[in-house]
Amino acid sequence: MILVTVGMQLGFDRLIAAMDALAPTLGRQVIAQTGKGRYVPQNMDARAKIAPAAFEKLVQQSALIVSHAGIGTVLTAARFSTPIILIPRRAALGEHRNDHQLATVDQLSGRPGVLVAMNESQLSARIAEGLALRDLPEVQSPTSRQLHAALAAFIENRRL
Amino acid sequence: MTNGLTRVLAVASGGGHWEQLMLLRATLDNYDIRFATTELALAVQHGIANAARLPDCNQNTPVRSLLCAMAALWTVLKHRPQVVVSTGAAPGFFCILAGRLIGARTLWIDSVANGEELSLCGKLSQRWAHECWTQWEHLGTDSRARYFGAVL
Repeated sequence: MILVTVGMQLGFDRLIAAMDALAPTLGRQVIAQTGKGRYVPQNMDARAKIAPAAFEKLVQQSALIVSHAGIGTVLTAARFSTPIILIPRRAALGEHRNDHQLATVDQLSGRPGVLVAMNESQLSARIAEGLALRDLPEVQSPTSRQLHAALAAFIENRRL
Repeated sequence: MTNGLTRVLAVASGGGHWEQLMLLRATLDNYDIRFATTELALAVQHGIANAARLPDCNQNTPVRSLLCAMAALWTVLKHRPQVVVSTGAAPGFFCILAGRLIGARTLWIDSVANGEELSLCGKLSQRWAHECWTQWEHLGTDSRARYFGAVL
């Protein structure tokens, strides 16, 4: 199963429409959380909102998540080691107040399990890569290992 | 109960802050850990039955902030942590302040969501916590907000 999510606050019809077009080619069930968008998907199991507990369960069960570049979803995906594709909202297209999601994808790109599609035309290729990631062993990122080590040092009052 | 282990109070509001705290759990669980949060249901979801509850608050809710500050002080006095760690937001900052009152060592880990500048509580923690860490290397330039990696 592939889970598409745009967060609860805003619609992101560019992503929903692109995924709706791709869905029949993916050979898997696609569930979409569409937020406040207007586009009505034809090929995906769509709902505006998903309650947090149910959302977590879906993240856990999904082979792949396709999401706006919202940090909350990235964190949930990380907790369940589910690969995630991020596509940034663009202010110029009225998708957000500013372009901070561009900065987010820039900074998260290359972390384990995180793939970036700069626009909808890159989605298909990234989905193929993301589904291939699924069987990789779970790896902790170097930055996460570093933070855990620093936290232990702080708690034990060792030199940082 | 757990003699010899450092007593740690780890605090995070519901949502992304809590997610980040949970990503640090593998390390936190090595100590005599106690969690505090604004949404007990989230703690239960993670198998934590004895989390302390704090009222949610932010800079726009002065009355709740006062209540939260009192609850934070109560929680800290009750558990007497040697270390207080928070991944945000305001309720965690209050626990850090309360922790200072009883001589705990305090650590603020600013949310990974703050990639452009530190949060308000992060900025305050630069002054009031023993350590304030950012999760973005480019923000960790000066000695008051240091960078030691990220949860992701």
